Amino acid sequence: MGIMLKIDNINVYYGAIHAIKGISLEVDKGEIVTLIGANGAGKSTTLRTISGLLKPRTGKISFEDKIISGMPAHRIVECGVSQVPEGRRIFANMTVMENLELGAYIRKDKNAIQNDLKRVFKHFPRLAERKKQEAGTLSGGEQQMLAMGRALMSSPRLLLLDEPSMGLAPLLIKEIFAIIKDINEAGTTILLVEQNANMALSIANRAYVLETGKITLSGDAKELAASEEVRKAYLGG
Amino acid sequence: MGIMDQFLQQLINGISLGSIYALIALGYTMVYGIIKLINFAHGDIYMVGAYIGFFCITILHWPVLPALVASMILTGILGMLVERFAYRPLRSAPRISVLITAIGVSFFLEYTMMYFVTPQPRTFPSVLEDAAYHFGPFVVNNQQIMIFAITIILMAILTYIVQYTKVGKAMRAVSFDTETAQLMGINANRIISVTFGIGSALAAAAGVLVGIYYNSIDPLMGIMPGLKAFVAAVLGGIGILPGAAAGGIILGIIEALVSGFISSTFRDAAAFAILILVLLFKPSGLLGKNTNEKV
Repeated sequence: MGIMLKIDNINVYYGAIHAIKGISLEVDKGEIVTLIGANGAGKSTTLRTISGLLKPRTGKISFEDKIISGMPAHRIVECGVSQVPEGRRIFANMTVMENLELGAYIRKDKNAIQNDLKRVFKHFPRLAERKKQEAGTLSGGEQQMLAMGRALMSSPRLLLLDEPSMGLAPLLIKEIFAIIKDINEAGTTILLVEQNANMALSIANRAYVLETGKITLSGDAKELAASEEVRKAYLGG
Repeated sequence: MGIMDQFLQQLINGISLGSIYALIALGYTMVYGIIKLINFAHGDIYMVGAYIGFFCITILHWPVLPALVASMILTGILGMLVERFAYRPLRSAPRISVLITAIGVSFFLEYTMMYFVTPQPRTFPSVLEDAAYHFGPFVVNNQQIMIFAITIILMAILTYIVQYTKVGKAMRAVSFDTETAQLMGINANRIISVTFGIGSALAAAAGVLVGIYYNSIDPLMGIMPGLKAFVAAVLGGIGILPGAAAGGIILGIIEALVSGFISSTFRDAAAFAILILVLLFKPSGLLGKNTNEKV
């Protein structure tokens, strides 16, 4: 399949805090890869470094054989990487439709944008019903759907998802994860960060376990889900 | 003239003065909305706009509308240069550093202009026929009609840009959440630059209009209207565009009423009393929602 994203020994700092301590990982084209770990392990930091919101002090990140570490965030979107940020971060004072249009900001081909809009509405029919509504009035689950739909509107080849289950009811989490799987089956590669390790491992092909800024375990998602170590630490026994 | 007639006459005067404040306040509020900076140099940008219009009319002998447009374009570029070289290098600096820099830019513009155009006030040529129209007991003159008409047209254009164009949507996105806007592929620096350009162009229009209205411009003319426009922006709710427009008009009307009914010496005091009252009782402004600061 070929490597799509390659992170090569990056170190990331928040001021004096050494948040990411030499992480390397790979995502192959077509995969769902998940990054699990406790709060504060560095999962979000890793995603934010890939999307260019943070710069690694050392190490490099390449996407489709092009080095993207050091590029400004808006250029990385143009390369085909799109992030759904933690906490959704929708534009609450704009309509659902305007949010989706902003997702397609980098694109000019009106027809292709229309097609992707249809595709987003197929994944998330509720967004179609509420397209004229102000985004801030949506429920938590709908906001998550909007954040994902917005990210898809840039037609990314790699989708970065940061804690899509956060603050949602179990039933809704199931729905969101089923959609993530659909999106992947439709051809988008996914790197998923989750605290809900159970759900994440259930849809992922491979997983990395992150602990205080380092990768401590990695491998096939099913095998990790079965391993004693992971079950004890992240799956509640 | 009865009290009621005088009231309505002051209302007319107030609306034209308020239109000027509104045009300046829009730039203040746009810049605040996008980078949370009170750009204290904004009043001086307005002054430079007035001079550019002045030179276009006196030296190049242009009619008033081309002079207005030229002044808006050149002053817009000036605003973008100020942002690029004075504020952008401080993007991640504490807000107080940027604020102090804005005051520095203000002095820089004032005294640079003094060097080139001398501190002497210049008489702005009368570009409009001095016609006054009588509607019963009220008088509206040509300048007032022009100020009001141009303000309305510029506000309509601004509203269109902000609401319906791609760059306008990007402006709203950057202003709401800069980081997430970047994740949409928006080049935030470019959008901030455009915002300074538009805000400065509106101030330039106000500068030219004031020249036409009061017939006099000088390098320090921006200080007081700059502060007043700041009051107007706060009154309407800083960061909110319709708020700046409404705040400007309301402030202009209040000043005109105070001048007409009490004494014109109190009109500045009235403006700043409003600032104090707003900050005491509704700091988010007339149209502001109670803000929850982003974490």
